[in-house]
Amino acid sequence: MAEQLTPHLRVNLCGVPLPNPLVLASGILGTTAELMERVAKNGAGAVTCKSCGPEPRVGHPNPTVLDWGPGLINAVGLANPGIDEAVEILREARRRLQPLGVPLIASVFADSVKGFAEVTRRVCQAEPDLVELNISCPNVEAEFGRPFSLDPEAAAEVTRAARPVCDRPLLVKLSPNVTDVVAIGKAVIAAGADGLTAINTLGPGMIIDIESGWPILANRVGGVSGPAIRPIAVRIVYDLWAHLHVPIIGTGGVTCGRDVIEMIMAGATAVGIGSAVIQDGPAVFSRIAGEVRDFLTSHGYASLNEIRGLAHARRHMES
Amino acid sequence: MRDGTWNPELPIPMTIREVRQETPAVKRFVLDGSLNAYPGQFVMVWLPGIDEKPFSLMNANPVTLAIAEVGRFTRAMHLLDVGSRLWLRGPFGQGFSLEGRHLLLAAGGYGAAPLVFLARRAREDGRRITVLVAARSREHLLLVEEFRRLGCEVLTCTDDGSDGQPPRLAPLAVEELLQRAAPDALYACGPAGMLDALEALARKYHLSTQLSREAYMRCGIGVCGSCTCGDQLVCRDGPVFRIPG
Ligand SMILES: Cc1cc2nc3c(=O)[nH]c(=O)nc-3n(C[C@H](O)[C@H](O)[C@H](O)COP(=O)(O)OP(=O)(O)OC[C@H]3O[C@@H](n4cnc5c(N)ncnc54)[C@H](O)[C@@H]3O)c2cc1C
Ligand SMILES: Cc1cc2nc3c(=O)[nH]c(=O)nc-3n(C[C@H](O)[C@H](O)[C@H](O)COP(=O)(O)O)c2cc1C
Ligand code: FES
Repeated sequence: MAEQLTPHLRVNLCGVPLPNPLVLASGILGTTAELMERVAKNGAGAVTCKSCGPEPRVGHPNPTVLDWGPGLINAVGLANPGIDEAVEILREARRRLQPLGVPLIASVFADSVKGFAEVTRRVCQAEPDLVELNISCPNVEAEFGRPFSLDPEAAAEVTRAARPVCDRPLLVKLSPNVTDVVAIGKAVIAAGADGLTAINTLGPGMIIDIESGWPILANRVGGVSGPAIRPIAVRIVYDLWAHLHVPIIGTGGVTCGRDVIEMIMAGATAVGIGSAVIQDGPAVFSRIAGEVRDFLTSHGYASLNEIRGLAHARRHMES
Repeated sequence: MRDGTWNPELPIPMTIREVRQETPAVKRFVLDGSLNAYPGQFVMVWLPGIDEKPFSLMNANPVTLAIAEVGRFTRAMHLLDVGSRLWLRGPFGQGFSLEGRHLLLAAGGYGAAPLVFLARRAREDGRRITVLVAARSREHLLLVEEFRRLGCEVLTCTDDGSDGQPPRLAPLAVEELLQRAAPDALYACGPAGMLDALEALARKYHLSTQLSREAYMRCGIGVCGSCTCGDQLVCRDGPVFRIPG
């Protein structure tokens, strides 16, 4: 029998070393420096802050987040303190995360191309390890106010605007709500993005209370996340990797080690965790990291590099 | 998905069976349903088309709430009458845990609601309870009779002395009780300023203490990060926080 190896979970995301592949997804718990530090101490390999925009926003009224069983649905409405305060929060988060060796990802959004450039420039003052563009919000300058994420040219334009003012690795977060996600991925990579995060929430969806007839979310509709969307996220990561071979944070419905392995076999470099925090709280990270390590050990893999994109190799063997 | 299964946690409707005006600002609502809940846990109450807000349980069987009118949502609640429906998600959060034989409870404002629930459970297994009910003036003292009926020793204190006692703030009255009655544990719910002062007392007297705190809530289930208190989430790690003795 071969000698038992002790596997390591380290991954390299666009040149940034992560102690493990588990990334706190944007919009979950990333509101304060203290909370981001707690998530890091609980075993996250990187932490993404709540998306910050140019101006403070209170977000939508309640109900804003619901657990409908197979997943969550949310319409928080990009509540955030605005870039001025966000830069302070991120500086403090950076100070607390650095000694832990856990990188910080700054997520930004805006409703115009210029806005994206400005928020990206400002957020870099806090020296996050990476920047992630959340392009799922509507472009107010476009004729029909469609989200940037739905159109390859709009997505590329935002990326081109942010690229020169961003002196660190730049990720673009893709929406699954398109017919050809690879076209969007190609456009943003060609425009200068270093990697992709996929996916943002699916939908929008709606949950109706059948006793009253009211859609429960105050915004009526919201983004769907959690286990319900995982097969779609895996397929999108698989397609992006097949066509682009760039670093991807595979995100959507991951709740256990098995799901992490699946994402990495689809081609992900790192794996986002969002909705699953409602199961164990921040301890979800150490639990899942342990499950990933157990899988590697029991299958004799030394690192995640040995299984990355494995599902693609299997496809080639078939023909 | 909170419990690792696919059971939904959507709001469930309950009908109001009884409404009672407890003080000029607070009404008690007794509903027709029950929940499997501990004292100190809270529910998210949804009024369709209006809002969804957190409230502590005053009783779980039947579900009972004591609601102070302070703004838009609570004003809408106060317009409801017997037969109206409201929707609940929960129970959520970490409640109180019982310890010691003699408990001191300090209730400020509508903080009396979760403490009545606690007192009922503690009396069920024969513990001795002293309650300090505090308010700005006499007519705002909440649930004094309820505590008495449960067999608690009840003391009151008001900011203006209108209850016939010397005017005092709750923490001062609590400190006197700590010196006089030496309880095994302190439980409190009330305004943030009162809780901060009691936390300082707890440390000074090395008294095991549990405080129920508030924060602005959205999800109630520990995802959105809007209810932080330091690195803690009030909805999930709290609302009851322990200070070891
Ligand atoms: C865990 C928990 C348990 C609670 N239990 C009870 C209870 O048993 N009975 C009861 O009457 N109320 C309780 N509350 C408070 C209750 O949720 C708020 O009073 C209610 O949300 C106010 O809604 P509104 O629309 O009427 O007022 P708003 O217009 O939203 O607010 C009125 C005023 O209250 C302040 N406020 C509102 N919510 C909070 C908050 N969460 N923390 C601090 N200040 C706030 C606002 O800043 C404003 O000044 C509890 C809150 C929490 C977090
Ligand atoms: C409550 C909530 C808030 C979110 N807020 C943001 C956000 O501000 N920015 C963003 O890019 N994605 C946001 N997302 C999407 C997540 O980052 C993630 O892409 C999605 O939820 C899928 O992953 P999951 O199934 O692990 O939750 C949010 C998701 C949830 C559930
Ligand atoms: S209310 Fe969302 S985390 Fe507490």
